Amino acid sequence: MKINQKIFLQFGICIILFCLIGILINNLTVNLIRTGLGFNFSWLFKPASFALAEHPLPYTSSDSYAWALFIGWLNSLKVIVSSLILATFLGTIIAFARTGKNSLLGLISAAYITIIRQTPLLLQLMFWYFVGFLGLKDNMFIHIKNIFNITNQGIDFSGLFFSSEFLALSLGLSIFTSAYIAEVIRGGIISVSRGQWEAFRSLGLSERKGLIRIILPQALPAIIPGLTSQYLNLAKNSTLAIAVGYSDIYAINDTIINQTGRAIECFIILLFSFLLLNLLITNTMEIINRLILNSQKHT
Amino acid sequence: MEPIVIAKNLTKSYTKGLRALDNVSLTVNQGKVLVVMGPSGSGKSTLIRTFNGLETFDRGELSILGIKVNSTPDERKIQKIRRRVGMVFQQFNLFPHLSILENITLAPVHVQKRRQIEAEEYGMFLLSQMGIDSHAKKYPSQLSGGEQQRVAIARALALKPELLLFDEPTSALDPERINEVLDAMRRLAEQGMTMVVVTHEIGFAKDVSDQVLFMDSGKVIETSPPSIFFSNARHERSRKFLNQLDNH
Ligand SMILES: Nc1ncnc2c1ncn2[C@@H]1O[C@H](COP(=O)(O)OP(=O)(O)OP(=O)(O)O)[C@@H](O)[C@H]1O
Ligand SMILES: [Mg+2]
Repeated sequence: MKINQKIFLQFGICIILFCLIGILINNLTVNLIRTGLGFNFSWLFKPASFALAEHPLPYTSSDSYAWALFIGWLNSLKVIVSSLILATFLGTIIAFARTGKNSLLGLISAAYITIIRQTPLLLQLMFWYFVGFLGLKDNMFIHIKNIFNITNQGIDFSGLFFSSEFLALSLGLSIFTSAYIAEVIRGGIISVSRGQWEAFRSLGLSERKGLIRIILPQALPAIIPGLTSQYLNLAKNSTLAIAVGYSDIYAINDTIINQTGRAIECFIILLFSFLLLNLLITNTMEIINRLILNSQKHT
Repeated sequence: MEPIVIAKNLTKSYTKGLRALDNVSLTVNQGKVLVVMGPSGSGKSTLIRTFNGLETFDRGELSILGIKVNSTPDERKIQKIRRRVGMVFQQFNLFPHLSILENITLAPVHVQKRRQIEAEEYGMFLLSQMGIDSHAKKYPSQLSGGEQQRVAIARALALKPELLLFDEPTSALDPERINEVLDAMRRLAEQGMTMVVVTHEIGFAKDVSDQVLFMDSGKVIETSPPSIFFSNARHERSRKFLNQLDNH
C-alpha cells in the first residue's frame, strides 16, 4: 500500500533524526564535562579586557564580552551592508557591459567575471589587503584639502574614517560578489524577450535608457531570488575578515573562545548572530520582491 | 513627389552563402503605401527592419527621409531615423509593466523631451483616434490582441513619424479582430501617411496599397500596382504564391 509505505518512510526518517540529535547532545555533555566549565552565559557580563581597533560605538577593554560581541556584530553588519551595495552597483555595470553592443566592453567584462570567479576569495582578500591597502602605509601619504586623507591607518573621507582592514575586506568582498551578481543580472536581462529590445530601439530610446526603463524592470522578478542568495553568500563570506584582521563577529568570537574556553556558548551566539543577519537580508529582499511583484501584478 | 525610402541593391547574409536580402532595390514616395508579400523566410522582415536600423546590411545603399546609411552602422544617423520612423510588430511588443498611456508617452517624454502633460494629451488624442481611449489606465495584458495592436500603432504615432513600418501586424490576431486593426491602418493611409506594410491580407493590399512588392529568397521578384499584381501578375512565381494564398 502506498500510504503505508509513506508512513513507514516518515517513521524511519524520524528515528534517524532522533538518533542524530541524541548523539549530538551526548557529545555536547561529554565535552562540557571535560572542560569542567558547565553550560552558562554569565561570563558574558565580565570585562572583555581586550582592545578593538574598530568600534562604531564607544568601546574600551573594560566593557563586557557581550558589548564586545555586539560591536563585532555591528562591524559585520557594516562591512556586509557596504559590500552589498558596492557589489550590486559593480555587478549591474558589468552585466550591462556584458550584454551591451560594445564588443570590447563585453570582452573585458567577460574576462573580469572569469578571473574573479576562478580564484579563491581568501586569495583575493589577501591581495587587496597586502597589495592594495597595506602598501599605503609605508610609501603614501596623500592629503587633499583635509577632505580626502590617506594615512598609514586607512582613508579619512571628510571625517568618516575607513581602516585599511575594512577597505580591503569590503572591496574584496564587493569585487568577488559583483562577478556573481553580474551573472545573475545578465540571466535576468536575457530572459526578457527580444521584442522588447526591438520595441524600445525602434522608438529611438538609447540603449542605456531602454535597459533601465524597459528591460531591467521586467528582469527584476527573475533577478531578485538569485540576488538574495548572493547576498547571503556575501554575509557568510564576510567571516573571512579574520584573515585581514578586521574585528567582525567571527573574529571577536574567536578571541573570546581563546580567552574563556567557552567554545560551545560562543558557537551558539555565532549561530544566532548569523541567523539574525541573514534573516535581515532575506526579509528585506522578500519585502522588495513583494513590492516589485505588486507593482507588476498586471504583467 | 519626395522619395521617403530609397533602397539600392541591399544585400545581406546572416549565414555565409545564404542571402536574406539579394540586391533589393525599391522606392517609396511620400504618402504612398507599399505592401510587401512573399513566402516565409523570403526576407520581408529583414528588409523592413533595415529601414529603421534594427538590422544592418552588408552591401548597398539606403536613404530614409533623406538620411543616408550604408553597411557600416552609424548610431547617430540610426537614432535620427528612429525618431522619425514608427514601427509596429507582429507580436505588438507593448511594454507589459507600463500602462497603455505610459506606453505611448514614453518616447515623446524621454526621446523628444516633451512635457509630460503635453505628451499625455496627445497620447489620449491618439487613443481616441484608435477607439481605445477608455483603456488608457489599463495594462497591456488586460486588452485583447486587436486592442493591443491598436495601442502599438498609437505608440508608433506618438513621435509624429513621417514613415510607418508594419511587420505582419495582423498575423497574431484572431480572425474577428483583424479588421479593427486594418481599419485603423486604412484611416492612416487616407490621412496621407507613408507606409511599408508586410502583410498577407489581400483585401487590404488591393484597397490601400499603391504598389505590391513580391519577394522570394531575398530577391525582389516583381513590383506592381495591386490592380495588376492580383489579377495579372507578371511572374510565374508571384502567381503560384497567390494561388497558394487563395487556397488557404
Ligand atoms: N537573426 C537571424 N539569424 C540568422 N538567420 C536569420 C535571422 N533572421 C532571419 N534569418 C533568416 O533570413 C531569412 C529571411 O528571414 P526573414 O525573417 O526576413 O523572412 P520573412 O520573409 O520575414 O519570413 P516570415 O514570413 O516567416 O516572417 C530566413 O532564411 C531566415 O531564416
Ligand atoms: Mg517576418
